[in-house]
Amino acid sequence: MPTTTPPVTAPTGVGHLRGDESFPTAARRSLADPQLRRNLRHATTTIRAKSAGVIAEQSDWEQLRTAGAAIKADTLRRLPDLLEQLEEKVTGAGGVVHWAADAVEANRVVTDLVRATGADRVIKVKSMATQEIGLNEALEAAGITAVETDLAELIVQLGDDRPSHILVPAIHRNRAEIREIFLREMPGVDPALTDDPTALAAAARRFLRETFLSTPVAVSGANFAVAETGTLAVVESEGNGRMCLTLPETLITVMGVEKVVPTWRDLEVFLQLLPRASTGERMNPYTSMWTGVTPGDGPQTFHLVLLDNGRSAVLADEVGRQALRCIRCSACLNVCPVYERAGGHAYGSVYPGPIGAVLSPQLTGIEDNASLPYASTLCGACYDACPVKINIPELLVHLRAEAVESRPRPTAESIAMAAAAYTMDRPRLYAAGQRAARLSRLAGRRGRGLPPPLNGWTASRDLPEPPAQTFREWWAGR
Amino acid sequence: MRIALFVTCLADTMFPQAATATVRLLERLGHEVVFPTEQTCCGQMHVNTGYQREAVPLVRRHVRVFDPYDVIVAPSGSCVGSVRHQHATVARRAGDVRLASRAESVAERTYELSELLVDVLGVTDVGAYYPHRVTYHPTCHSLRMLRVGDRPRQLLGAVRGLDLVELPAAEQCCGFGGTFAVKNPETSTAMLADKMRHVLSTGADVCAAGDVSCLMHIGGGLSRLRTGVRTVHLAEILASTEQSGTVSVASAGRS
Repeated sequence: MPTTTPPVTAPTGVGHLRGDESFPTAARRSLADPQLRRNLRHATTTIRAKSAGVIAEQSDWEQLRTAGAAIKADTLRRLPDLLEQLEEKVTGAGGVVHWAADAVEANRVVTDLVRATGADRVIKVKSMATQEIGLNEALEAAGITAVETDLAELIVQLGDDRPSHILVPAIHRNRAEIREIFLREMPGVDPALTDDPTALAAAARRFLRETFLSTPVAVSGANFAVAETGTLAVVESEGNGRMCLTLPETLITVMGVEKVVPTWRDLEVFLQLLPRASTGERMNPYTSMWTGVTPGDGPQTFHLVLLDNGRSAVLADEVGRQALRCIRCSACLNVCPVYERAGGHAYGSVYPGPIGAVLSPQLTGIEDNASLPYASTLCGACYDACPVKINIPELLVHLRAEAVESRPRPTAESIAMAAAAYTMDRPRLYAAGQRAARLSRLAGRRGRGLPPPLNGWTASRDLPEPPAQTFREWWAGR
Repeated sequence: MRIALFVTCLADTMFPQAATATVRLLERLGHEVVFPTEQTCCGQMHVNTGYQREAVPLVRRHVRVFDPYDVIVAPSGSCVGSVRHQHATVARRAGDVRLASRAESVAERTYELSELLVDVLGVTDVGAYYPHRVTYHPTCHSLRMLRVGDRPRQLLGAVRGLDLVELPAAEQCCGFGGTFAVKNPETSTAMLADKMRHVLSTGADVCAAGDVSCLMHIGGGLSRLRTGVRTVHLAEILASTEQSGTVSVASAGRS
């Protein structure tokens, strides 16, 4: 890639890929909030059922998944070439391409571009990449207001909150809470506003219409970029994206480098996979595509910022690389039993759930997100749900090994694990250990009260009483 | 048929009744069961906690111990899943290509109990008798890593006296996940609470599964709540006959 030597990982102190706490600590707080758990269960159960229904309609779903995975794998194999092709085509169509090695560089590029227009406000299409790099905060620091136009993203922004889901950023909020936020934060809102979803949407629409019509610069992300034509694509459900992409004079798109696909035909596969896997819709209500600029129609200035921010490092890992296939559909979040209980904020990154548990630590380096690969029972529901067949359980296990190997040893855990492995590699010692464990259990309190760190187990569960004889003792005595 | 029993460390140490039942069942069906005593643990706990290097000798041991056998069975979907999907990876990561290929070969000959019965031995009615209301938790690794499908259900469906009741949200994880239950105890407990709610909603007096680890988790929760619902391994139900009477019920050890 024609950038300066990319940083190995996403830089610290900017963006939202790192939490302040470990996953278990953050999850503990979410778990203590019964309203949050009810909201999450209701929302994920609803989306799961809807998605399963429309997936069942598609007789070639498995072939589509295979095709999606294959296209992405092929793309990743020749990513630098495809990106250069994309740059050439976008430039040829009147756009300007910028390469950003990391969040700091991307924020600087966008801020400078907005400043050059003289605008002090931008409208935004919901974008994970700009959330990842903390663009809104960077713009704010430069005196530029960024207005989120996706309804859920607007709710999060007005509530001074953080998104907790890739696709449904305000999944953790119910409509009564949303009404409170609107009444408190939305300029010009009717004080008689009810919590009826139609009324809430209408209030947001009135506020957003005014903003759309008076803001000359928009910032978007991209779901796909077609290398062969230089075409960018955004899919969304509300039409706010279409407004942002067509009304302003200047459009700035920030896109992770993995979003490129080789050909226009490849979109056919993803435009089927994405809506069914994500929102349970047969197709996206709005699919907007643009190639450079068209004189007299739409934005007359178009900038594309190609963001690395740790992706080259992910690409370099043969096992880890598959995480870059992700099309941000959220199917893995919606089926994950851990996400359903702990909620998105517990992951500390803009990428929550199973994909976040593997993507975030890869982008930041395992040291900064070492608890995330353990935020899973390895139940495998995410792998089954993934429309591009990312083997998330395999990746989690892979990253756990990296986490362990990156830690300075010894720790209490590493000593215990080494001792267990030593014992288990010596059958006589192992059998003696079984007997010793039984004796100590029998001598101690039955069923309850293990020492730390195992006391988490016995806080809510009884351990079984040890059997009178082990299997190998039974076998020996036959 | 001569079948080597991979007993798994947790069954050996804490739940021998699942393993003894497997032996009694297979012998009743006319097969010879051998127990290679040099076996210990497949290393899944090490692999899944990130200690792949420590797991290498355990994988090597497992492969060496079981390589001489044509058919290997374990009463655990999870451990068979580890043998099938992790052993070769661990070996390759350690740079031992020869071990990886031998591990793949052993994996091909290793079956979870319901797979062995239905696919290899071609039997769904094992002649069992178990007069209880039973609900079945499919366990994630049997369900998704091994795709055992409805084989356990076929087997349970042929058990005389058994009243099989559907478990709501059966495919949802119970929250065990090996060291997950220790590293994330609160999330694990929240998942367990839902699993128990679903088990209790069936009115079953027995919750069965093909993995003692999941049963230990669910059983540990049910015991704490003093629900009276017992957790029993699939093998114990299938080993039960009218002649053996209440053996497997008594051996369940939770009441």
